[in-house]
Amino acid sequence: MTPDQFIFLLCAALIIASAIMVVTSKNLVHSALWLVATLFGVAILYALLQAAFLALVQVVVYIGAIAILFIFAVMLTRRELRDKGPQLNQNWGLSAVMAVFTFGGLFYILSSWSGFSAKAVEIPVGTDPLRMLGYALVSPDAYVLPFEVASILLLAALVGAVYIATASKK
Amino acid sequence: MSIPLSWYLVLSAALFSIGLFGVLARKNAVAILLGIELMLNAVNINLVAFWRYGSTASLAGQVFAIIVFAVAAAEVAVGLALIISVYRRRTTVIADELDLLKW
Amino acid sequence: MATESIIWLLPLPPLLAFFVIILFTNKGKALSHSIAVGAAALSWLGSMVVFVRTLAVENFGKEVFQSSINWLPTGDKWLKIGVLIDPLSAITIFFVAWTVLMIFIYSIGYHNYGQPNGDHDRKGLPPHGATLIDEHGHQQTVPSIEPMYARFFAFIGLFAFGMYTLVVSDNLLTMFVGWEIMGLCSYLLIGFWFGKPSARNAAVKAFMTTRIGDVFMLLGISFIYSATGSLSFRDILNEHTLSVLASTTTPILGLSAAGLMGLLLFIGTVGKSAQWPLHVWLPDAMEGPTPVSAMIHAATMVSAGVYAVIRMFPLITAGFDGHNLTTTMSVIAFIGAFTALFAATIAVAQNDIKRVLAYSTISQLGFMIAALGVGAYVAAVFHLVTHAFFKALLFLGSGSVIHGMEHGVLHTGDHSVDPQDMFNMGGLRKKMPITFWTFLIGGFALSGFPILTAGFWSKDEILADAFGNGHMVVFITLAVAAFLTAFYTMRQITLTFLGEPRTKPAEHAQETHWTMTLPLVILAVFAIGFGWVGIPEKFPVLGGLIPNWFHEFVGGTLAERPEVLVFNMVPLMTSLVVALGGLLVGWLVYRNVKSAVEDKLQINVLKNKYYFDEIYDFLFVKPSYWFAETFAYKFIDQTIIDGFINRIGGVAQSLGTGFRKYFDAPVVNGFGDMVGESAKKIGKKLSPIIQRGRIQYYMVASLTVAIIVAILYYFILT
Repeated sequence: MTPDQFIFLLCAALIIASAIMVVTSKNLVHSALWLVATLFGVAILYALLQAAFLALVQVVVYIGAIAILFIFAVMLTRRELRDKGPQLNQNWGLSAVMAVFTFGGLFYILSSWSGFSAKAVEIPVGTDPLRMLGYALVSPDAYVLPFEVASILLLAALVGAVYIATASKK
Repeated sequence: MSIPLSWYLVLSAALFSIGLFGVLARKNAVAILLGIELMLNAVNINLVAFWRYGSTASLAGQVFAIIVFAVAAAEVAVGLALIISVYRRRTTVIADELDLLKW
Repeated sequence: MATESIIWLLPLPPLLAFFVIILFTNKGKALSHSIAVGAAALSWLGSMVVFVRTLAVENFGKEVFQSSINWLPTGDKWLKIGVLIDPLSAITIFFVAWTVLMIFIYSIGYHNYGQPNGDHDRKGLPPHGATLIDEHGHQQTVPSIEPMYARFFAFIGLFAFGMYTLVVSDNLLTMFVGWEIMGLCSYLLIGFWFGKPSARNAAVKAFMTTRIGDVFMLLGISFIYSATGSLSFRDILNEHTLSVLASTTTPILGLSAAGLMGLLLFIGTVGKSAQWPLHVWLPDAMEGPTPVSAMIHAATMVSAGVYAVIRMFPLITAGFDGHNLTTTMSVIAFIGAFTALFAATIAVAQNDIKRVLAYSTISQLGFMIAALGVGAYVAAVFHLVTHAFFKALLFLGSGSVIHGMEHGVLHTGDHSVDPQDMFNMGGLRKKMPITFWTFLIGGFALSGFPILTAGFWSKDEILADAFGNGHMVVFITLAVAAFLTAFYTMRQITLTFLGEPRTKPAEHAQETHWTMTLPLVILAVFAIGFGWVGIPEKFPVLGGLIPNWFHEFVGGTLAERPEVLVFNMVPLMTSLVVALGGLLVGWLVYRNVKSAVEDKLQINVLKNKYYFDEIYDFLFVKPSYWFAETFAYKFIDQTIIDGFINRIGGVAQSLGTGFRKYFDAPVVNGFGDMVGESAKKIGKKLSPIIQRGRIQYYMVASLTVAIIVAILYYFILT
């Protein structure tokens, strides 16, 4: 076993365990915290995949913004957002079965694909993935349009969220 | 470099299924949003893995993953705002109790 | 203009007159009669030009005016139709043109042109007179104009067209066409006053009776066509074809093909020329206006029948060796002679002035037919021509007499007097002189008054031919008939014109308009003069002064010119005796007879025409009616056929109703309703279960279904 594989397995265990805790925890705050753990594991995975920038963005945006948002929302509205008692609804058995089937189906389909067990290729020396990413994001013949549209989406979400969440003035 | 692609794909599949379970089985609306976040992360893993194990010169995988980040953020914000607004109306965040759209 | 072109155009003016009057000038009286008379005059002019040109042709008969066109393609040949003027049709067109024109002019006066419209006149009934009130308040009833004035001229125009077509045609087809057109017009004209039931019945009777003859004629024409492949006279009547036809025998009565064809065609003539046994329609045809009677029964239609036999004479006499008559010829001679005597006996007992003339026509046609039967070609043609002139004259004269009587009836207001009954007349020679003298000339011509009248020469020639060829029975029969002819003619003249008026209307009769008397005069000229063109060479004293132009001219029609008969005094004496004797006896008997009661010859059998009408009614008419009305209509049509169809309809209807009641409504509709109802019920039951409003529930459900479908797809279909 190479070191990469070992790190990967550790990471994977972390992710899966945290994810299970997210969905089964009775306490909502605990779920949010377990989410942080999961996200962290994913960040390590990105680093392992040599997408350094993404690892950083994961930590900063997902953990630093989204998960914090969750925690803020849960904490600040704890009395309203009742978080005690059994947290699974009445369909949870069927849902579990379906989730297993989903996993099994995905696995089955993927395993019959030829490139399933492909090994990674070396990244050519001298290429700078970060610089290339930067170019890709702003270059007119690359992905500048989705980039800009995403910005607008964020703006819309911002405005929308503020508007929806604002209490109506009495 | 010695990690086969299959490991990443299986991992993302597993994460996706767990997130799916969370969406389908949890009572609290916020918890459902957490499940959605898990599913989005699984997708991201998939995208970056395919970028890495495919042609690293074409950065579509990473860019897509970045877009997903943005979308996830927007979605969480709006989702939580909606939940708060709904709570103000119906004083509940249990998904099962939000059943106005029945026959 | 080329003679052939003129010949083609001869029938056209009357036809155009017919269409123009019917379509455009029906309301205009003067315009209509002008068009009609103008058309007749045009055709007359054309006929005269053609006739004069034929006189100029050397050896006319071998040379003819002929023109034909390809008309109907039949396989690799063409059926040709066309026109032909040979000596026979030249002489026919001569008399047809003259008589038709005279009748057209006469009709103007006959239908009272210029008189006011009648008080109560209706279309379809004869005019009844108009009341005029003059300045002094005196009321006078005068004859009124015929309400259907223009229609009459249109019809006689069509009639003239039919006759011209028949005469100028060079083939059996167009001849038959002209024949049938005249049959139609006789129906239309006999039933001209359609408001009278007697006229309607007479028209139908005429049409039906001639139809019987026409069917046989058509059979004959078909037979000729199938045997020779052509309908043109030149093709049928040449030596070669005739000898072939004469030697072929048919299984019917042992006749040769030519004989059978001739017989069938002759039956057509029996119908059209009212010979026994198909004579019944002609007396009834007197219901039509008098110009119609003149046209049909003198100038054109009945002459057409005889013309047809004359035309086909070579065919009928194929196989005739000059002395022994063939079977067909014997039949023809028998029917002709019998009819001549038969009709003459009936004529002596008739009181209506027109009926006498009707039976006289039948009798005279019998003379012509008998002449043809014994092979006297030229004599028959001669009598045809002279008869046309004097019979037309007699009919028009009788019409003039009736007009004069009607004037008297209107004047005196005594409507119980029948203006046509001879016993109501008398003394009209003083009141209507022109009519009297022309009628006298016509009557003498009919009787065969010697030398001066045309009838003598033609009738004498027939008797001479019959005697000279040794056909004694025919000779004696015709001689007796000639005696009776003279007798009843003198009876008619005596009762009508001589003596004193027997009734008030007769006292007030007056001469008729010049449009009626002028034609009488012109025809009288022909009645006198035409005979002189046919004086036999060997006649004592007069023979040889004028060459027998008629014999030369008409005889040229046949392939071999008929030989001139050896002169014999016996027939000449016979005809002198019967003619003069008949006239004398008739005058002696009837100059003292004042009324019908005193007339000893009013024998019922004769008056009732030997009850032939009643016999035919019993044998043919009533069974036909029964068959049509009861059997065919009530039984077969209504009961069987209609019943069957109604039954089918009923079955279909009950099937349909039953289907609807027992299948469509409960099963089909029920099924549809059931589907709807059950969908509703299922929906109602499932809704609380499925549609709960819970999102997670929906998601689980959709995911389940998606996975199931995916499993199905991947594992079962692929």
